[in-house]
Amino acid sequence: MIPRTAKAAVGRRILDAFRAAGAVEVAPDILLPADTLLDLYGEDIRARAYLTTDPIRGEVVLRPDFTVPVVQMHMAQGAEPARYCYLGEVFRKQDHGDTRPANPRENEFLQAGFELFSRDPEADAEVFALFHGILAPCRLSATMGDMDLLLDAVAGLPLSASRRAMLAHHIWRPKRFERLLDRFSAVEQPRHFAVNSAPWTGLRSQEEMEARIARLEAAAEGPPLDAAWRTRLHRLFSVAGPAPTALDELRILADHIPAIAEAVERLSARLDAITTRGIDPGSIRFDASHGRRTMEYYDGMTFSFTAEGRPDWPPVATGGRYDALTKVLGQGEAIPAVGGIIRPGLVAELEHAPC
Amino acid sequence: MLKLGLPSKGRLMEQSFDWFATRGIRLARTGSDREYAARAEGIEGLSLVLLSAGEIPRELAAGRIQLGVTGSDLIREKLAGWRSDVVELAPMGFGHADLVLGVPACWRDCETLDDFASIARDFRAAHGFRLRIATKYHRLVRAFLSDHEVADYQLVDSQGATEGTVANLTAEAIADITSTGETLRANHLKILPDALIHASQATLVANRRAIETGAIAPIVAHLGLPPHAA
Repeated sequence: MIPRTAKAAVGRRILDAFRAAGAVEVAPDILLPADTLLDLYGEDIRARAYLTTDPIRGEVVLRPDFTVPVVQMHMAQGAEPARYCYLGEVFRKQDHGDTRPANPRENEFLQAGFELFSRDPEADAEVFALFHGILAPCRLSATMGDMDLLLDAVAGLPLSASRRAMLAHHIWRPKRFERLLDRFSAVEQPRHFAVNSAPWTGLRSQEEMEARIARLEAAAEGPPLDAAWRTRLHRLFSVAGPAPTALDELRILADHIPAIAEAVERLSARLDAITTRGIDPGSIRFDASHGRRTMEYYDGMTFSFTAEGRPDWPPVATGGRYDALTKVLGQGEAIPAVGGIIRPGLVAELEHAPC
Repeated sequence: MLKLGLPSKGRLMEQSFDWFATRGIRLARTGSDREYAARAEGIEGLSLVLLSAGEIPRELAAGRIQLGVTGSDLIREKLAGWRSDVVELAPMGFGHADLVLGVPACWRDCETLDDFASIARDFRAAHGFRLRIATKYHRLVRAFLSDHEVADYQLVDSQGATEGTVANLTAEAIADITSTGETLRANHLKILPDALIHASQATLVANRRAIETGAIAPIVAHLGLPPHAA
């Protein structure tokens, strides 16, 4: 067991590195209002967050994550560009389902984080290179993804706007996404819904239902998706390998999925900017589906650093771009934002047990 | 002395008595029928404890009782990581109840779980909050919906009269235990046929440590259960 003090010391060292990169240290509350977080993350976070009730503030939650309070703080008072860093505990319940593992994950652990609010096109590269530099002594594997590619590919499908929106909404839920893709790829029989005499009950209105029925009964959403599109999407989702090789593959794919061409060029520019910062792009694994397995708020670059010899560990560091989250929290006003966290506790363990 | 925990009230207790009686163990209440005491005859070393059905999973997991009768739904709902603490010895063939998802019967566009997922997304966009499902089975419902990749919903806690929450506008759908579906129908709700969350029945459950130490092997043999159950 690594003593808590040793983990905190590693955390402060990481914080110093973030400060040296120009970040201002902030210290968000530990007890946060629950409603925003619950609405944003849904039941995933409720299952994992420690909720409690305050007689005056209502439902509150022990900080499960720093990103939301930092974004809220910045949107309330910050000017761009802004760089923030923080160090503190987050709290997560670990419900493993039917069987408890021999080594359950921690319920409270430190996060050291860095968030950058900036319109600079090199912001992604800046954050990735900063994390890469701090973690270099740990010899971790770096994986990068890009939700932009996937979302642009879906946005470019020859489908009605509502169907494209539905696919984009479920991109993080692979089974549901595939079922929708199946449905949209087949000649769909219009559905008929039997009228019944049940009295109206509940908040959902009759108009909402009729609008949905009209959509489904008309089956007027255009012809089915050509089978080639499914193949192209699956090829895109399975692009994985050393970043330069993956980039070549993506360039070839862009001939068939023109909608991703811009995102591929942005990825190329990002990899160039990372190379300029002294990192060999061949050492980064690019996995097009990486972001589909992360929290739903990332909508651009995603990254994680994992310890190869510790398959049972969560990533030592994760991060990415989350412009859409700032839009939700800013009630329409969005700020380009990218950031990430490192778990000092895991770094401390790696340092005490050198591989 | 091994302790067997039985639900203290109603048909579940009676049916448990019958189940054990046909297997050569006579259980009976002692004293008045308001006193929560009982004894076992026909077997040595077994004492009987009458408990609220909802407390039996916790008592089993803690090892304060070694055997217990409770619903398979309560075991899964109340014990995180239940397989690490208890073992289901035998389904008992009574106390059947299904944990189902109920939606307003007037939602004629909602025939499947896929419809439900799509309605939840529309509802969230139209109303600015996630579609609410009232239930007391938080873990089972969440695990089911997560497994089926339904998003855009939230659970609201309801410890009773759950079927009334939709008409009271405190929820849009419910997840609750039903055996006949009558209460759902009476409240103008219908069951989603492809959203059976758990088919529950009364189950004989043992504490895992009591099995591993061999403590309950004689009773398992006496009941005629296959030894692999223990």
